[in-house]
Order: sequence, then structure tokens, then C-alpha cells
Amino acid sequence: MSSSAAPDYLAGADSQLPERGERVVVAMSGGVDSSLVAALLHARGCEVIGVTLSLYEVASDTVGGCCSPEDISDARRVCGDLGVPHYVLNYRERFHELVVQPFVDSYRSGETPNPCVACNTFLKFDQLLGMTAKLQAKWLATGHYARISGGSDGRLRLRAGVDDGKDQSYFLWGIRSEVLSSLTFPLGTMTKEQVRDAARRLSVRTSGKPDSQDVCFIPSGRTAEFVASTGGGAGEGDVVDAQGQVLGRHGGVHAFTIGQRRGLGIASPDPLYVTALDAKRKLVVVGSADALQTRTVLARDWNWLRRPEPGEELSARVRYRSRATAVGSYQPAGDGLRLEFDDAVSAVAPGQSLVLYGGSAGGEVLGGGTITADRTP
Amino acid sequence: MPRIYMDHNATTPVDPEVLEAILPFYREQWGNASSVHWAGREPKNAIDDAREAVSELIGAPPRDVFFTSGGTESDNTALISVAHALADKGRHIVTSAIEHPAILDTLESMERLHGYEVTRLEVDSDGRHDLGELRAALRDDTVLVSIMLANNEIGNINPIREMADIAHEAGVLFHCDAVNALGKIPVKVRELGVDLLSISAHKIYAPKGVGALYVKRKTPFEAFLRGGGQERGRRCGTYNTAGIVGFGRAAELAGSHTSASEMDTVASLRDRLQEKITAGLGDVDLNGDSGARLPNTTNISFDSVDGEGLVLSLDLLDIAISTGSACSSGSLDPSHVLVGLHKDERWLAAAIRFSLGRSNDEAQVDTVADMVIREVTRLRSVVAEATG
Repeated sequence: MSSSAAPDYLAGADSQLPERGERVVVAMSGGVDSSLVAALLHARGCEVIGVTLSLYEVASDTVGGCCSPEDISDARRVCGDLGVPHYVLNYRERFHELVVQPFVDSYRSGETPNPCVACNTFLKFDQLLGMTAKLQAKWLATGHYARISGGSDGRLRLRAGVDDGKDQSYFLWGIRSEVLSSLTFPLGTMTKEQVRDAARRLSVRTSGKPDSQDVCFIPSGRTAEFVASTGGGAGEGDVVDAQGQVLGRHGGVHAFTIGQRRGLGIASPDPLYVTALDAKRKLVVVGSADALQTRTVLARDWNWLRRPEPGEELSARVRYRSRATAVGSYQPAGDGLRLEFDDAVSAVAPGQSLVLYGGSAGGEVLGGGTITADRTP
Repeated sequence: MPRIYMDHNATTPVDPEVLEAILPFYREQWGNASSVHWAGREPKNAIDDAREAVSELIGAPPRDVFFTSGGTESDNTALISVAHALADKGRHIVTSAIEHPAILDTLESMERLHGYEVTRLEVDSDGRHDLGELRAALRDDTVLVSIMLANNEIGNINPIREMADIAHEAGVLFHCDAVNALGKIPVKVRELGVDLLSISAHKIYAPKGVGALYVKRKTPFEAFLRGGGQERGRRCGTYNTAGIVGFGRAAELAGSHTSASEMDTVASLRDRLQEKITAGLGDVDLNGDSGARLPNTTNISFDSVDGEGLVLSLDLLDIAISTGSACSSGSLDPSHVLVGLHKDERWLAAAIRFSLGRSNDEAQVDTVADMVIREVTRLRSVVAEATG
């Protein structure tokens, strides 16, 4: 190992880290990010325990995703290189119940779900955190690009990772604020380039592995097929315009998402977009780009990590990789939140996450929820 | 704390005497035992000696015993070779719901790909079979009954003699997987009355990768692994001389370890462990038939504990125990054996198998009991905190 020649990548990080000698459970997918987390914390002198969640059955010829035999064996071998224990936990039933089934149901009801949020909220930062306590580890570490650090009031804050292109804070809004003190994201202060470089320098055997794809349990990438074969299609119906005029037929609302332009099968002089999905009436509503614009977004199951200060500058995101947009106002709505943007945002899809950001540089996650179709006029 | 190994049903350490016996066959006697020249002579003799030792351990004529790559191959071979040889008679096989996967998975594939019908006998909540159910399961087209001698997870010893007699009355052959019984209790093919019997070397302090299959003379048998004619054509492939020699030496040593006094010694350690744990903790339940059980095995369920958490916590304390069968990925799946017992749900989540062996002593038993009590108590409080 060339670790002696490698710089200390975690020195001076403004994100909380375990100390030397402390026991840390590292959630390892078999990819380069979480492999490096294990290597960095081990080099730091922490007592590392690698854990890989087995989340779904994988056909033996499948490559990629986080649960293929190759990925599990990569994680195990990285731990073997470090000389630390590695365990595989069978979370297949829980994953199906808490992530896959809700994902399928969501598509069938005309939403565009975000399974990574459900996995983080209900498995990694709940069930796996429970196992962390059972193993008497003080910390649970993951390879997420995000940071946790104390604010001026001493309370812990969840912040975006320093690499804008890799920041994963959007997927972490479901973390309960009281568990932040047990979590550490060592990559939050690094760029992806630094991660690859560090992995190479530390001779982490997964350093050359490509990044994983979007939905880990659908390696084919054919989401609509997966939904139809798992939960049954949502049923054929009409494609209509805003006035209800029938323009064509479709194979089921589960195959569409708000803002989608391709695959409508309708000839039109102006570009047409999916503007709404009505699962009950099996309707795909299409319209012009203007019809996708909205200033009001409603979210359910809202989770606060920190309530905003009066006058705090706020912004929010309605999808991963979208720019945070300035927020005008917000108010509670049942167990959720109704939020008004200063300017209209486009193609807001129910099922995706609404994540509210604040803090001094605007990179702090204040809370989040699941976007829901606004039924009030 | 020094490491403690209490998972001897998974595998056993290689006995130093066995290792000594093996080494010359890597260092000097590396020849192919099938060769006619000098290099094959001593390996061939050593294999014959080993065959005699292994045969003697199970009370079989040496010519009825051939070597395999292990218990899994022996089980696969027994099922497939008899099924192929009796293809004209029928395609029905009887087994038990709590057999080893080397049996269950093979039969599942024969069902799926080759039109076999499989009857899986149910067991009661202590893992015992109903002999009447076996009798009723036999049909004109039944070609084989396959039942294990001792269950690897709960240690139950099945009444193989009675079961084999029932099969034979109906004109059906009987195979017995004795992999986890060998070296722990006497295993004699004539007393058991079986036609085929699978055994494995690494469960009796010999290396992994070698096993044997006993096939009684005149048993219909269509070879599964074909090639250069080794083992009189019943199992081809170059002889694993060193492994076979190790198996032979281990078989000689195992004879003395299955004496009544040796079995009593292990059983008293096992009972001490079981008593300490049950006395120190409430809400525990013993799995299996405490009447007819391997002397080294106890399987205990703990209510309100996460089984994975318990095994991993004990591993972090350098105590090796297991929740049933180890699987290839190393992940902990619900045990099909415990599921087969149809016990109350609360006993399924955390069931731990302790399987003792030659290296264990009273001090280790006491340490393990103390640590199990401590960890179960701690994990119960963690769970209570999380839910309360």
C-alpha cells in the first residue's frame, strides 16, 4: 500500500468525522466512493466494520447496481485488503416493502418517485443505523457527497457536498435531525476527482469502477417495463389536451413523467409536453411548455432538519441536479408544506422531493418532503 | 480475549496429525495415482489405505466406497446417478423439508428441468418426521428416498434404520446424507440399512475438498462424472491424493472420538453451555429434538433479539457461532430448517447454532455463555429503546 505517500484527505475537513479508535460501521456498496470511505477512516485509525446491504435478488449474469455478487465481493475484498470485518446484511424483504413497492405504487398513481430518498430515509439512516447501535459503533459512515457540521448555535447541520456536480444532499432530507450526531459523510469535503485520485493513491481496488446508474434495482433502465411486470401496468387510456380533447392513446400513466416530451406518439406543430397525469381516469394530459410552469409547490410528509430563522434567505429544489430557486414564502399544510417560489419553476413532478435550503451560503438542508399534486385551485 | 470457535458443524480445523500425513503427498509423492510408472505407485497405495480407513469408519466394504470432492458432490451424485439408472421405473423422489441444500436444490432442479416429482416430508415443531407419512408417500414410481442422518442446524438424529426399512418394504432405494453425523456419532451403513451414504472429510478434522459416497453393491447407478475411468468408472477425475490421504488419517482418528466416553464429554460441555444460557436468560427456546440429537449441537432461539446483530456482535468479540447454514455470499438468510419447524414467529428471528468440537473446553463454554447472556441482554435493551 502506498498510503504513507498519500496526503491526509480528511485533514481540516469542515464536516464531522470519527476520531481515532472509534468504531464506525461503513455502508459499502462495492463502488469506489464507499470503498474510499472505509480506506480513509481505516487510515485515520478508526475501527472500521464494513457492511453491505443485500437489497434485491440479482440475476447471476447482471453486472452493476449495488447488490450484484460482484459488488458484494468487491466490498468484501476492499475490507479484506484493510484487514477489517465485512458483513452482508439481508435487507431484501425490507427493501421491497419500504422502497420497491412504494416506487411501483407511486408510478402507478401517476407520480415520479425517488427511491434513493426512501432507501436513505427508511433503510440506511433508520434500519442500518439501528444495526450500528447493536454493534456498539458510535458512527455510521456512507459515501454520500454531503457534510454535517455544527452551526453557531452548536446544533448539527446537514449541508451540501463541496462538489456541486456530485452533491447528494437532495436525497438526504428524510434524515431525522436527532440522528445527525451518529452520521459521518467523509466525502462531503472532496470532489469526485479527488476521490478517484485518493482511491488510486490508497490502492483501493475499486478505484477504476464506473459510477452506478440511477435506479439500482432496475439494471436494464427500463422503468416502465419494471413497473408493469412488478405491479401491473396502470392501464391504457387517452392522451388529452387541457380542454379534455382526446389526441391519442397511451399504454398506462406509469410510463410517463411530468415534462416528458418524447414517446407521446402525437403529431403536433408545437412541441407538446406531459403536464399532468390522472391515474384514476387513466389520462395523460399534454400541453405547451408554458403549462409546465408553476410557482406553488405542495409537499407531504415534511421533515424539518432546522426551521428557518426569520428573514433567512431560502431556496429550494424540485429535482436532483436542478438549480436551487429562490423561495418567496412557505406555510405548513397538514403534515406537509406549501411553498411559493419567487419565479416559476418548470415541470414539477409529484413523487419527487421538494428540498428547502438555507444557511449562510445557501447550502444547508433545512427540510424536505414529497411533492404532491396540488388539488386546490 | 483469545478467539473461540464453536461452529464445528460448518467445518473443523485440520488435525495436526492429518496435516502431517498429507504433506508428503504434496512434497514428494505428487504423482498421478493412475500412472503405471513409479510416480503413481505410492499415491495409489496411499489411496487404497485411505479407502480402507474411511470404509472401516462407516462399516462398509472398501470396494463400495469412492471418493468425491465433498458432501455436496456426494449428495448430487447419489440423487442423479440413481435417478438416471432408474429412469424407466419412474420419476418420483421422497425427501424431507429440512434436508441440506445440496439435496433440496438438486431435487428442485430435477423437478424444474427433468419432470421429476418430489415429496418433501414435513416435520413437527421439534423437527421429527412421521414414519407413517413416509410410508404413505411411497408410490410405484418412487425411485429413491433421501433423508439425512443428523440435521446440521438443529442436530436432530433421524431414525434412519426404520425409514430405510419402510423404503425397502416398498422396493425403494434409500440414500442418507451423513455429512454432519460422521465423527460425532457412530455411522455404520449396515446398521443403518442404507443403499447410499454421503460423507465429507472437513467435518472430521481433515481438509476441505474431499468426501466420499458409499454405494451398496448392485445398487442401480449411472455415473455422473465421466472421464478417465477412475474409481472404476463411478467417479472420474484425477485422484486428489493428498486430500484423500488426509481423509483416511482423519477417519482413523475419528474412530476413537466417537467412543461412548468421548461423546459423553462433548455432550456434557454442550449441556453445560445450554444450561448456563437458559438459566441466565429468560425467553429462550431450544430448537430440535433434545432426545435424539448430536452430542455437540444445540440450537437456541432468543426472543426480542435480532439474530444478525447477535452473531455479528459475538464475532466482534472473536466468538465464532452461526445462525444455521453459512451461505456463499456470507449473508444471513432465514433458516429453511427453522421455517420447516413451523415454530412461532418470535423464535425465528434469532436462532443461534452452537456446535462444539475437540478444541472446546469448560473455560470456553463458560466464556461463551457469559458473552451470549451479556450480548442478548444488551441487544434486548437496544431494541426496547428503539421501539419504546
